[in-house]
Amino acid sequence: MVELTLPRNSKIAKGKVWPKPEGASKPKAFKVYRYSPEEGGQPRWDTYWVDTDKCGPMVLDVLFYIKNKIDPTLAFRRSCREGVCGSCAMNIGGNNTIACTKGWAEVAGPSITIAPLPHLPVVKDLIPDLTNFYAQHAYVQPYLKTDTPEPEKEWSQSPEDRADLDGLYECILCASCSTSCPSYWWNGDKYLGPAALLQAYRWLIDSRDEATGERLDDLEDPFKLYRCHTIMNCAQVCPKGLNPAKAIAKIKHMMVERVV
Amino acid sequence: MAGSGWTDRRPMSPHLQAWRWHATMYGSIFHRVTGVGLYGGAFLIAAWVVALASGPATYAVVEALMHSWPGQLLLFLWTMAVLYHLANGLRHLIWDGPMVGFSPRIASAWSFLNFAFAVLGAAAIWSLATLV
Repeated sequence: MVELTLPRNSKIAKGKVWPKPEGASKPKAFKVYRYSPEEGGQPRWDTYWVDTDKCGPMVLDVLFYIKNKIDPTLAFRRSCREGVCGSCAMNIGGNNTIACTKGWAEVAGPSITIAPLPHLPVVKDLIPDLTNFYAQHAYVQPYLKTDTPEPEKEWSQSPEDRADLDGLYECILCASCSTSCPSYWWNGDKYLGPAALLQAYRWLIDSRDEATGERLDDLEDPFKLYRCHTIMNCAQVCPKGLNPAKAIAKIKHMMVERVV
Repeated sequence: MAGSGWTDRRPMSPHLQAWRWHATMYGSIFHRVTGVGLYGGAFLIAAWVVALASGPATYAVVEALMHSWPGQLLLFLWTMAVLYHLANGLRHLIWDGPMVGFSPRIASAWSFLNFAFAVLGAAAIWSLATLV
């Protein structure tokens, strides 16, 4: 359902402005979303000043700087710090991306906002609850489904058929795309969202998979697939440069092709 | 309408409140806005045709309304809405048919192009109309 404003318990209060680090040659302001379930109350924007001369180039470095040197209570997810695990996805400077591969110098403006992925329940600070997102991924059954008996060795695939999966298999499930999509914001309970649909297409066109018809059946209703209105935020934000919007268009094409 | 559907005790993370818009996002919402606007325009055409059929007295009233400055402004906006909806509708056909134009840079540039087409096209049509 479309709700342009935030619910009452989610309105963001003006938070604390932390003091500038002493002797910082190039201080930069970062406005960070804070919410603690222990403290309760409204979420707030805290402003931290980071000495950019003593900080690494990425937004993840900034978060570590804040956590280690200013405020150890700041909570965020991170793991691989090299764009492979997808844990540190968040909204940086107004767009979703992963903090470990986003340079803070790339974000324009005197101060940079850092918020959790949009339109999700917040567990704490920059950590949203992704339960629904993972359930949608499970719904598209992202694994090989076959009827023919298993071959003695592996399921073979020609290099050409394997190349069809390029631009799809690289998805790291960071949820940047799905939580960038207004259609997903308003109907995330019924619309599967760009990430799950890109995965669905990845298995639909896998030459080894034998469940194409069932997979299409599973997507055939007014919401799961067709809530994509080509707003294109998914492709605009994907930190891996993938294009869920195009994958969704191709699924729609497969839907038409099987009835015509 | 704020938050009536949100039953979670935890806060909802900011969406429109924190989002920096892409050209394609403007392109999409304006397709819907102009679509709604065209409904209004369809009523206007119906009123015009009905007035035309009802005789000179009724027609004069409608004509006066359309020649007033709010009427003229509405007609100009409507011209832009028709042109934008047409251009972006064609883009939807191209997205759905040959499935091209999905790369973010091309899609963004195309959105700007559609807006430019609507504004310049409406300006061209109206300058022609004032010349005649």
